Amino acid sequence: MNLASLLTGATQLALVVLGGPLLLGLMRTVRSRLEGRDGPPVSQPWRDIAKLAHKQRTRPNESSWIFPAAPLVLVATAATVAVLAPLATLTPPLSASTDFIAVIFVLLVGSVSLALAALDTGTAFGGMGASRALTIGALVEPALLVAVLALSLPLHSTNLIAIVAEGSAHASVLVGPSHLLALGSFVVVILAESGRLPVDNPSTHLELTMIYEALILEYSGPDLALVTLGESMRLAIWFGLFVNLVAPWGIATHAGALAILLGVLAVALKVALAGVAVALFEVTTAKLRLFRLPELLAGGFILALLGVVTGAVMR
Amino acid sequence: MILSLLGSWTRRRRVSERLPAAPTPIAAAVTLRHSLQLRHVDAGSCNGCEMEIASVFSPVYDAERIGARLVASPRHADALLVTGPVTHNMASPLERTYLAMPEPRLVIALGDCARDCGVFAGAYAVAGAVADVVPVDLEIPGCPPHPDDILAALRRFTDR
Repeated sequence: MNLASLLTGATQLALVVLGGPLLLGLMRTVRSRLEGRDGPPVSQPWRDIAKLAHKQRTRPNESSWIFPAAPLVLVATAATVAVLAPLATLTPPLSASTDFIAVIFVLLVGSVSLALAALDTGTAFGGMGASRALTIGALVEPALLVAVLALSLPLHSTNLIAIVAEGSAHASVLVGPSHLLALGSFVVVILAESGRLPVDNPSTHLELTMIYEALILEYSGPDLALVTLGESMRLAIWFGLFVNLVAPWGIATHAGALAILLGVLAVALKVALAGVAVALFEVTTAKLRLFRLPELLAGGFILALLGVVTGAVMR
Repeated sequence: MILSLLGSWTRRRRVSERLPAAPTPIAAAVTLRHSLQLRHVDAGSCNGCEMEIASVFSPVYDAERIGARLVASPRHADALLVTGPVTHNMASPLERTYLAMPEPRLVIALGDCARDCGVFAGAYAVAGAVADVVPVDLEIPGCPPHPDDILAALRRFTDR
């Protein structure tokens, strides 16, 4: 690991930290505009975080060390992936050992820690939210892992950098049926993992319909600021990974300053487009009933499985 | 560019009215940094004020554009939005909600009932006005208050 790759890692981290809340704000603004409203400015999530950082920190009675630790774990895992994943560049630190499955499980540590913290609060809604979030997580993981298998077939490698580099070098990989089916499954997985419609309504304030929002009901002040930041970073990372698997164009292939600047601009533009697309989808769709979710996620699993089968047959 | 294109396309379908100049902000607005999370507590209201609150967050008045948002938990809130006279049954939940909020915390008494019990003054179920249970920072008069008045009051918090 040399200085150049450390700098590129720091650049990616800064991009995800600064850009995550802006992505959240962009999606809220687009949704508001489509509803005929002006909506909040794109920078509103940053204003919320700045305010929350100066507020009092509260803790539920009898909660353990898990409750204050979870927001830190959430942000730390998201930051780890932000440094290592191929978002703006193909030359982040440790690029030879950035395993796709490892990236997924590092992100999973963040969501599980939040679910544990929700149980730790001892409130009814926390326990209900944790149960729902982990049920969805258990249904998402198989689809995600099979999709990774389909993506890794052409290279016989689950190295995330190598997969993105292959798509960047040979555009024919991107339109292969196996690749497209795996990405179809990825869409379902990302909507579920980041708590967007039709899986969860991120702007609800009805406790009984909540999934991911119910996990964080007891957080306040700086802890809530960290949770908001961590969740928006995760959203940006999922979108960033997805757009680079769909269209890795513009990603920096070497560690030059200009190439990385272009890579940053390219990934910011692509993620913003993905955010607008998801916001468009969200205003035209309704939340699925909780008991219908396994059907949606099973659909995602089937797409990934078909991806593996076609990939293996067409070889 | 995409945003401005999208903006010009959707602006034609926009139903919210233009905002007048911002009113003078209250002293606490500095700590809010143009962001106001509200926790609404119905302490015994007739639901007239609730309908006006729903209007304030509807596309016509669109309080979200000034940085205000209703939240699901007092832990997330900066201000408590209380409606109705405080009934005996709601006095303790109201106080506990207030104590659950992180400091600095503000209280808005919305509507005539919240200010001085309104038409319910002296009724057997009523414990008193909001100010008798928790300290009130701002009152919004009216029975019910017009959404324009509620929006103007919220703008004093968000300074937008």
